[in-house]
Order: sequence, then structure tokens, then C-alpha cells
Amino acid sequence: MHEDFALRGARYVRRRVFDWVAGVGRVTILLRDIARFLAPGLRSFGLVVRQMDAIGVGSLWLVVVVSVFTGAVAAVQAAYQFSTVVPLKYIGSVILRSVIIELGPVLTALIVGGRVGSSIAAELGTMKVTEQIDALRAMAINPVRYLVVPRVAAALVMMPVLTIFANAIAVFGGFVVSITSIGVSPHTYVTSLKDFFYLKDLVSGLLKSVIFGGIIGTMGCFHGFQTEGGAEGVGVATTHAVVSACVLVLISDYVLANVLFRFIFAS
Amino acid sequence: MIRIRGLRKRLGAKQVLDGVDLDVPTGETVVVLGRSGTGKSVLLKHIIGLMTPDEGSIEVDEKEIVGASEHDLNEVRKRFGMLFQGAALFDSMTVGDNVGLSLREHLRLEEAEIRRRVAERLDWVGLPGVEGMKPASLSGGMRKRVGLARAVAMDPQYILYDEPTTGLDPILAASISELIRSLQRRLGVTSIVVTHDMAAAFKVADRMAMLDGGRIVYSGTPDEVRNTGDPMLRQFIEGSSEGPVHAV
Repeated sequence: MHEDFALRGARYVRRRVFDWVAGVGRVTILLRDIARFLAPGLRSFGLVVRQMDAIGVGSLWLVVVVSVFTGAVAAVQAAYQFSTVVPLKYIGSVILRSVIIELGPVLTALIVGGRVGSSIAAELGTMKVTEQIDALRAMAINPVRYLVVPRVAAALVMMPVLTIFANAIAVFGGFVVSITSIGVSPHTYVTSLKDFFYLKDLVSGLLKSVIFGGIIGTMGCFHGFQTEGGAEGVGVATTHAVVSACVLVLISDYVLANVLFRFIFAS
Repeated sequence: MIRIRGLRKRLGAKQVLDGVDLDVPTGETVVVLGRSGTGKSVLLKHIIGLMTPDEGSIEVDEKEIVGASEHDLNEVRKRFGMLFQGAALFDSMTVGDNVGLSLREHLRLEEAEIRRRVAERLDWVGLPGVEGMKPASLSGGMRKRVGLARAVAMDPQYILYDEPTTGLDPILAASISELIRSLQRRLGVTSIVVTHDMAAAFKVADRMAMLDGGRIVYSGTPDEVRNTGDPMLRQFIEGSSEGPVHAV
């Protein structure tokens, strides 16, 4: 009885490991195809622009709302933690650096990952189960070139743009809370921003956002293309796209933080 | 001419195709009959390279397509049009963009010429002036017609029809069959029609082949099929539950 249970458990683990390895292999093949069809895919500029609109403009209001409150919460938390230890005149710099290095890129990626990753996976998944992707191939149109490259390219371009918006709005949200409820003067806040602004912080945050954009676009397309079955399959693909994009964003954030701040921008 | 020899395909535990041999002579329409789930659509997808067989050979105009590179397959695909079972129209595009997609992708034509050709193809299928509509606002019969207009947009040499009349009422089904016949006369194409709709099959076929158990078990002209003594084919033609084949 126990042996049977152990055997079934071992088989389950083995199957999951094989599935995971096979999944990594399929993502690698997709990345290779994206690289192969990048140039011809970008020639369909209209498709890229349409995706930039869907990904960037479509996510803007959500990013604005989340960023305002991110900056506001950062101000409240900073004021609470500074208390008697650090003078409040530094609050602007703390908000600025935490936003442009970490909060702006990561929170924007998680929001866009949820909204755009799910939308891409649902759209491509529906196309897969209704034979629209087969129809493209039957018309001698490569689906990676026609569907994947414009989405991934648009995500790569629009993520840093959204992150710049998110950074600016979060800093503004922190400014409003700092002067209205914490008692910091506008001049103090702005001086603090100027004194502790380092270009490398901004550049590192934007570099991260480009990578996050690539992850979100690729995961949405990958899980959309893997969809099997009908509506249930589309739902499963959508969930997998969002979960995998968010997990990979956080893992890559850790890796990039090490690479950027311990090696590239160490000084 | 399409020549298929020894085509085998296993999907999961099921041997869907188990040595299919089939010839489709140039200019003829071959109807492949068979019960649901016997692999008719799988056979069509092999012919246009959407699926790869485990074994066997498919020659299109004496050029082997099994094992061909994606580039070579695409050159072959440009000579094909395919009508999918659910039409497979692109939801995000208008009808006009659906029909004109392959023209825009593969031919260097002026936009005015593309629009003219799209309007002409839609006129052929009896749907003039619907270019601006979205697929979601079309009925099932209209979707099939638009799918057909898209399939003939590039003036193909071959057209594959996957269950062209399934899900349509008898009058619409008859009109689609007549449309297929008129397009064959107009374009002189070689066609393979997969169906289990016997009325449609007799209307469009030059030859008929029965797929069962993963193989072509019968092949003949429509008259030969009508007069066949083969008990399984008779049961299929008459749509009877009594006979050698049992409904599951």
C-alpha cells in the first residue's frame, strides 16, 4: 500500500519534471523563432503600433492609479519609519530612489503582466482553439512573425514608457502626501529629489522594465500558443500566462538587481 | 495532382491514420467520406502541412511535402486555399481584411487592386458589400461564405474543404454546395472535400473515397457509390443505424 503510494508519487514528480523541462524547451524554441522573425515581423509596422496602443495606451490609466497610491503609501511609510531617526527633509529622495529603482518597474510589470499577459494569452488561445492560427499557417503566414513578434516588440517598447509615467506619477503622489499630511514643504521635497537623483538609478530601473516587457509578452504568447481544448483551455492558458509572467518578473528582478548594482553600477 | 501513400498518424493512444492511399487527379473534386472522428480533418491538415505524419508520403505536383522545410511548405501552401470547419475567420479583422490578408502578405498589389479583388471574391460567394462587417456579426452560413472567399482570394490551384456544410440548414448547405461547384467551374481547381453530408457529397464530387479505420476502404465515382453493394457504404449513404457499423 505504502509502496504503491510512493510509486505513484514518484511517477507524478517525474511527469511534472518532464513537463517542466519540455516547457523550458518550448519557450527556448519560441525565443529562437522570435529572434529569427524579428526583422520581418517589425516590417509589419502597423501591427506593432496597434499592439503598442493596446499594451501601452490601454494600460496607462491603470498604471496612473496604482502609481499615485504607490507614491502616497511610500510617503506615509517613509515618514513612519523615519520618525525620530532620519530628518523628514530626506523623504523626497527616499521616495524617488525606491520608486525609480524598484517600485516603479516592478509594480508596473506586475500590473501590465496581469492585464496584458492575460489578454494576449486569451486572444491567442482563442485563435488556437478556433483554428485561426492553423488558418494563418495554411495561408503561408508564419504565426510567430505575424502574431508574436508585434506583441513582444510592443511590450519591450511600452514597458519602459509606462515605467517612466509610473515613476513620475508615484513621485508626484509622494509629493502630494508629503506636503498635505506629513508637513514637508514643497521646496524641501523638490530639493531632496534633486540632491539624490542619480541617472544610474533611472537607467537601471528602465533596463529592468525592458526585460520585464519581454517576459510578459513572451509568456502571454507562449501560453496562448500552448492552449488545448476549448474555453477551459483558454482559461488555463490565461492563468498560466499571468502566474508565470509575475513569478519570472520577480525572479529576474532579483537576478538583475545583483547584476546591475553589484557589477555594472557598483561604484 | 496530389498523391498520398501509406500515410500514418497516431494521436495519443489512437492510430488515426493507418496507411492512407489516395490520388486526387488535377482538376477533379474528390470527396472523402467518413464518420465523425475517423481522421478526415487530420488527413486534410497533413495535405497542407499543418500536421506531420509518422510515416508516409504526400506529393503535390510530384513534389514531396513530408519533411519539406517551412519555406518550401509555404511555397506549396500559396497554391492552396482551405475552408475550415468553423470558417476560422480572424475575429479582430473585418471581412474585407480577412479576405484580403493573403493578398496583402504575399502579393505586391496596389491597395485599390486588393480592394477590387476582395469585392470580386465576396461577390462570387454572394456577399457583395460586406467588407466592413466583423465576423462576429455574421451568421454561420455567411461565415462559411466569407471563409470560401478568403480561400479563393489567391486564385489557388487546390482547395481543401473541411466539412463545408456542417451546422447549416439544408437550404444553406445546398447553396454552399452549389457555390463550391460554381467555383470549381470558374477556377478549374483541384479540390478535396471532407464531409459526412451525403447530399453535399453527391452534388460536388467527381470521385468519392470512404475513410474508415484509418484507411481508404472504398473509392469510386458518385454513380458507383450510389449503386454499391458494400454494406458499410450503403449504411453510410442511407444514414441507417442498422448495419455493420454500430453507433457508439
